[in-house]
Amino acid sequence: MQRSPLIAFAHVGKSFAGGRGAQAVRAVDDVSLAVAEGEFLAIVGGSGSGKTTLLRLANRLIDADEGEITVEGEDVRSVDPIKLRRRIGYVFQSGGLFPHFSVSGNIGITPKLIGTPADAIAARVDELLDLVRLDRALYRDRFPHELSGGQRQRVGVARALAARPRIVLMDEPFGALDPLTRDALGDDYRELHRKLGLTTVMITHDMTEAILLADRIAVMRSGRLLAQGTPAQLSRSGDAYVGELLRTPRRQAERLNALLPRDGAA
Amino acid sequence: MSFFSDPRWGEALAHLPDYLGNHVRVSVTALALGLMISLPLAIAARNRRAMRGALLGLASIVQTVPGLALLALFYPVLLALAALSLSWFGIGFSAFGFLPAVLALALYSMLPVLRNTITGLGGVDPAIREAAQGVGMTPAQSLFQVELPLALPVMMAGIRTAAVWVIGTATLSTPIGQTSLGNYIFAGLQTQNWVFVLFGCLAAAVLALAVDQLLALIEVGIRHRSRLRVLAGSAGIAALVAATLVPTMSRSPSSYIVGAKTFGEQYVLSALMSQRLRAAGFSASSREGLGSNVIFEALASNDIDVYVDYSGTLWVNQFHRADIRPRAELLAELNVMLARQNITLLGELGFENAYALVMPRQRAEALGIRSIADLAAHAQGMSMAADYEFFSRPEWAGLQKQYGLKFRAQRQMQPDFMYAAAGSGEVDVIAGYTSDGLIAKYDLVVLDDVRRAIPPYDAIVLLAPKRANDEALRAALAPLLGRIDIASMREANLRAAGGDGASSPDAVARWLWEKIGR
Repeated sequence: MQRSPLIAFAHVGKSFAGGRGAQAVRAVDDVSLAVAEGEFLAIVGGSGSGKTTLLRLANRLIDADEGEITVEGEDVRSVDPIKLRRRIGYVFQSGGLFPHFSVSGNIGITPKLIGTPADAIAARVDELLDLVRLDRALYRDRFPHELSGGQRQRVGVARALAARPRIVLMDEPFGALDPLTRDALGDDYRELHRKLGLTTVMITHDMTEAILLADRIAVMRSGRLLAQGTPAQLSRSGDAYVGELLRTPRRQAERLNALLPRDGAA
Repeated sequence: MSFFSDPRWGEALAHLPDYLGNHVRVSVTALALGLMISLPLAIAARNRRAMRGALLGLASIVQTVPGLALLALFYPVLLALAALSLSWFGIGFSAFGFLPAVLALALYSMLPVLRNTITGLGGVDPAIREAAQGVGMTPAQSLFQVELPLALPVMMAGIRTAAVWVIGTATLSTPIGQTSLGNYIFAGLQTQNWVFVLFGCLAAAVLALAVDQLLALIEVGIRHRSRLRVLAGSAGIAALVAATLVPTMSRSPSSYIVGAKTFGEQYVLSALMSQRLRAAGFSASSREGLGSNVIFEALASNDIDVYVDYSGTLWVNQFHRADIRPRAELLAELNVMLARQNITLLGELGFENAYALVMPRQRAEALGIRSIADLAAHAQGMSMAADYEFFSRPEWAGLQKQYGLKFRAQRQMQPDFMYAAAGSGEVDVIAGYTSDGLIAKYDLVVLDDVRRAIPPYDAIVLLAPKRANDEALRAALAPLLGRIDIASMREANLRAAGGDGASSPDAVARWLWEKIGR
């Protein structure tokens, strides 16, 4: 099944000036990657692999030096970056919530920026709180510092979805959460992705999480795209680093199988 | 008489609406102007390292200039600007009082506001700034909806510091013609009225604390997102400003403004002229504690209407003359020079307040010293004290030249302490003022200037250009001309330095009028 790509990177490169006198750092090096409509793509890599840079290029938080990036068929360089960001949902690492806005203020910010009437925003906020499974009455007026990490991340997801984007970009959204919360939130998001027909690009350094949530995985290292494909396709990749990344979840699964009886309490 | 039943407390209180009102107005205006300049600058500099350094460096330099000097510097600068503006655009403005005070104080308020705004904005978590960008905010939206609100508590702390500094420093705006709570302090120091000094200090401190606490209330309100506290604090500030506007609006603008320099005799004479004007049915107010250089320019540009100066002072300081002429000749020529600036020399009051060499009577008699010429022979073994400017004045150069004076030691002193130092023998000779009552109090004697090295210092009444043909003003002040002899003025000055309830300039002026008026 071949769907038209909603986000496409073609031979994209980006360098950052190093510190005083140091050489420029090549953060993204000749990357070509397409994300199909409705697809859930995970980009996996260690720190410094260029995965976050690649994500930020998509909504022009930074601009590429070379290559071409298209979003919904348009070259991003020809689009007003502010408008581009307002139609792309973005979930930040640890929520990135505005500490001086209430939960409803945070969720409603993008609709407010594009001029949605206040009553429509209020209705949309309640709808989104339901969607991310937070009690409307209990959480609407709270401030971020009154929430747990998981709740903050749920608000972060709700905020990204507020302006009904077709695309959601997520920068290690569940990385800082405890395993239980992380699991629940991952499943909940996966369900939202399916239900709302979203196209999602998620960054993670955790291959297990990528395998469990994503349709397809792209592996990056030192700014280069090493491999991409479904977990099954990746496992056939000859690349040593990709093999190493896949070894961990596989070994974990085997050990868990051995340690946990299948008909146990869990 | 107990400390609190002293009538000077009542007198001080009567001035409070005027002094406090002016103080609040000049402080609030300066602070508002300071904020209008420093906030945009700090915001513009937040992402520019070089600009940030330059701004903070400049503001720090301003801060190291003593407040009094900064205020005094603005006067000549504005005076020159006003003259330029008048000749180029035909629009003149007053370089006196409010404007220089506001500008200098605004400059003074900038450092804490700049520093805290830059620090506050720099302290906003970069992740939050990126989130603002990520949700689709424009740079302006990010600034106003996210960065500034988050930096606000730190910024408010800076604004509080600036407010306290400005309110404190505003007391120094009195010598450049801006009425403030400093009027109590300057007048009190000059006339040894410690009740006034204390009252002025207390009033300024209470005002600063009150404003600081109101701003603190707003700051806490912002921190805790309590709209109530922010409103209460803002309402308090607004009420303070409104309250100080009421007295000015209800009071009719005074028709005559009488100026006074920074010493006791001037306070008495300005009180005397104000009393005469009121007795003639006019309203009159005074601008006291004006610097010697400020007061003449203020008269020339019609900012004040009348004041008393001394012929020798104008001759030397204003017209830069080094030659010494006989009294009548000097007055006649001064009259011509003043007329060129459209200033009217109304007449002499009848006494001189000249520099004179003064020493204890007993010592002088024992050594057989009657004149400065006699003194010259003994000077080698003597020490001499004078005020801060005397040794750099032409009079001193003249004395040295005419009499070949050379003392063993020369010291500079606060004039009030000079006479006591001579009386106690701590110094042998002082450069005193002939009309000073302390000469009699400490049993000192004025040495004759037989070779006329010191120009005459007749007290003369000067009228502003716009009052040149004001017959009513002339008539009201005419009874003072030629009537105040040196003995009366000395006694008046001694009373003004008395430090009790009867020593206020108003009370002394009433006494003086009783003595000379009939």
